[in-house]
Amino acid sequence: MLEIKNLHVSVEGKAILKGIDLSVQPGEIHAIMGPNGSGKSTLSHVIAGRDGYEITGGRIIYQGEDLTGLAPEIRAAKGIFLAFQYPVEIPGVANTTFLKEALNAIRRYHGEDELDAMQFVKMMREKAKELGIPEDMLKRAVNVGFSGGEKKRNEILQMAILNPRLAILDETDSGLDIDAMKIVAEGVNNMRAPERSTLIITHYQRLLDYIIPDKVHVLAHGRIQRSGGKELALELEEKGYAEFGEAAA
Amino acid sequence: MVASTNTAQQVKELAEEKYKYGFFTDIESETAPKGLNEDIVRFISAKKNEPEWLLKWRLKAFKYWLTMPEPRWSKVIHDPIDYQDAYYYSAPKSAADGPQSLDEIDPQLLETYEKLGIPLKEQERLSGVAVDAVFDSVSVATTFKAKLGEVGVIFCPISEALEVCPDLVKKYLGTVVPYTDNKHATLNSAVFTDGSFVYIPPGVRCPMELSTYFRINAANTGQFERTLIIADKGSYVSYLEGCTAPMRDEHQLHAAVVELITLDDAEIKYSTIQNWYPGDENGRGGIYNFVTKRGHCRGRNSKISWTQVETGAAITWKYPSCILQGDNSVGEFYSIAITNNYQQADTGTKMIHLGKNTTSRIISKGISAGRANQTYRGLVRISPKAEGARNFTQCDSLLIGDRCGAHTVPYIECKNKSAIVEHEATTSKISEDQLFYLRQRGIPPEEAVTLVVNGFCREVLQQLPMEFAVEAQKLVGISLEGSVG
Ligand SMILES: Nc1ncnc2c1ncn2[C@@H]1O[C@H](COP(=O)(O)OP(=O)(O)O)[C@@H](O)[C@H]1O
Ligand SMILES: [Mg+2]
Repeated sequence: MLEIKNLHVSVEGKAILKGIDLSVQPGEIHAIMGPNGSGKSTLSHVIAGRDGYEITGGRIIYQGEDLTGLAPEIRAAKGIFLAFQYPVEIPGVANTTFLKEALNAIRRYHGEDELDAMQFVKMMREKAKELGIPEDMLKRAVNVGFSGGEKKRNEILQMAILNPRLAILDETDSGLDIDAMKIVAEGVNNMRAPERSTLIITHYQRLLDYIIPDKVHVLAHGRIQRSGGKELALELEEKGYAEFGEAAA
Repeated sequence: MVASTNTAQQVKELAEEKYKYGFFTDIESETAPKGLNEDIVRFISAKKNEPEWLLKWRLKAFKYWLTMPEPRWSKVIHDPIDYQDAYYYSAPKSAADGPQSLDEIDPQLLETYEKLGIPLKEQERLSGVAVDAVFDSVSVATTFKAKLGEVGVIFCPISEALEVCPDLVKKYLGTVVPYTDNKHATLNSAVFTDGSFVYIPPGVRCPMELSTYFRINAANTGQFERTLIIADKGSYVSYLEGCTAPMRDEHQLHAAVVELITLDDAEIKYSTIQNWYPGDENGRGGIYNFVTKRGHCRGRNSKISWTQVETGAAITWKYPSCILQGDNSVGEFYSIAITNNYQQADTGTKMIHLGKNTTSRIISKGISAGRANQTYRGLVRISPKAEGARNFTQCDSLLIGDRCGAHTVPYIECKNKSAIVEHEATTSKISEDQLFYLRQRGIPPEEAVTLVVNGFCREVLQQLPMEFAVEAQKLVGISLEGSVG
């Protein structure tokens, strides 16, 4: 599904990622953990194709295709979804309008018929209900005036509707209370499928009590320092990131 | 930040926007000799078989105009206008004797309006909107007249109103915008050729949207239309105007005057979708849109609401205003102005509070892209007698790219201590974060910009009559997207 080979990335001349190797198979859930500032969000942005990052070496292969040079909307259409660490506010644009636009843009890309308002609203309501998202949140402007927890839940709703192949969750758990986190975890677990892969970026191992990862990687100093199974997360919880030369979280 | 390459791309795409109404209809026209002098004024008046009093009024205006300097206080910049290098009257030959029934109309004209998205024939059959179509200097068709007549609504070209109800025209013409008002309005008073007239009798709620569609077709021709709307006691009307012109290298002058009058308990809702040719990406050509629009709430509890979506024209210079004379009267101004490339807009409103407990509300949304510049210029005046007057003003500017500008110039004159005047203003940019967020969800950049801009304008778009809201939303997209509609 996703093969990252020796990826080097700089921002404004400063090297952030210094040789990342990562291989995620279909159906797998991988967790990437690491101290603040280690480059986790950078990695997620680069996979999603954000401007402003210079790839100085290496490649990202997604479903057998080199992503280099592909626009973010094309990557999205091909099934890459990023749940943002800091979801963005779009004043005046209703959540429903935004999501319908997004889903239909992706459908258009694949030559599928667009959903009309009725079909879309029906589907959106169902998904929202599953995630315990109240109706009024669908009508409000995208992320405007949302609490931290609402924003994160809204990201998961978007994921459920856009039905990606590769989902990247960037610290979706931070700022959530335990109930909200359970809902998010349930949302992710419900989407677990043989043809879908998930990258969970997190600072704490807490979320991994609810979403059991196939693999855990530690990112520090721009490199994957260690990889292992679920037990690695527990070890990190205990020892912190000191071993990797960073202050404990 | 590296991320701004994306914005640069955006701006480039915006700059390549196409204007889909830029075609020219090759139709035989009757045109007055070039230039401006007393004979031209007489020529126009004679063409329209006008009564003596109107000719005199025109001539007074013309004499006064000769003495007036160009208005200099706005931020717009242009070469001096050569008034002698333009035609002041041009009419399709087939329409020389005024508007006919749709069956007699020159098919070429019908076709023109069809291409503009105003199928007059269909409109007559299908939709609930009555249309007056003004082509260069004359009205070529007015639909739904009979149906409106049943409830006593008069909706016709102003030249026809002079025959149908000359007393009404005489009573109200020039009473809101006097011929001495400003250089452009004075010129209009001297040479106005056509425009719409509306009268809503007491207690009548106009049963459909009224709309006028202005089209400048002939080269080197100015359009000087004059619109007069009177809502008698307890009546209501919603009126919409739309405008387009062919693409041409030279600038063309459009100096219109609109006068609205509401008597006791009456309401006029006036909406504009202005999409004149804006000039090319180098600032060549385009319409000079110098318009004087003013409403007079004469009666108690009356209301005038202006909504405008200004996307076209090389220069827009207009300040739809309200004189709130009747006690408890309400004035509203909702505006979206989009400027791109080298377009300039200096627009806003004046709310003049004279009566007690008068309220006004101003919501202005300005969007600038390319090298465009725009200014919101507004005046809120509370006179000493306007006990309990209230105003709320919100001015928001959105910048796309970093070569454009937005300015806000609010004047507040408050001479009554009991009045409350509030003013809020913001300036923002479409952020890289917003664009990336939307694109990450699969939405291409042009659509993403359109979505953000539509969101930014929402409060104003919601004010438009349903029939036009969708059109306006699309227009917002088109004027920013670079897509051919
Ligand atoms: N746009 C940017 N400009 C400059 N430095 C940046 C930018 N984005 C991230 N960085 C730097 O890159 C490093 C990694 O950041 P980030 O990927 O956000 O880390 P994490 O998500 O692991 O906390 C940090 O040192 C941060 O300051
Ligand atoms: Mg981060």
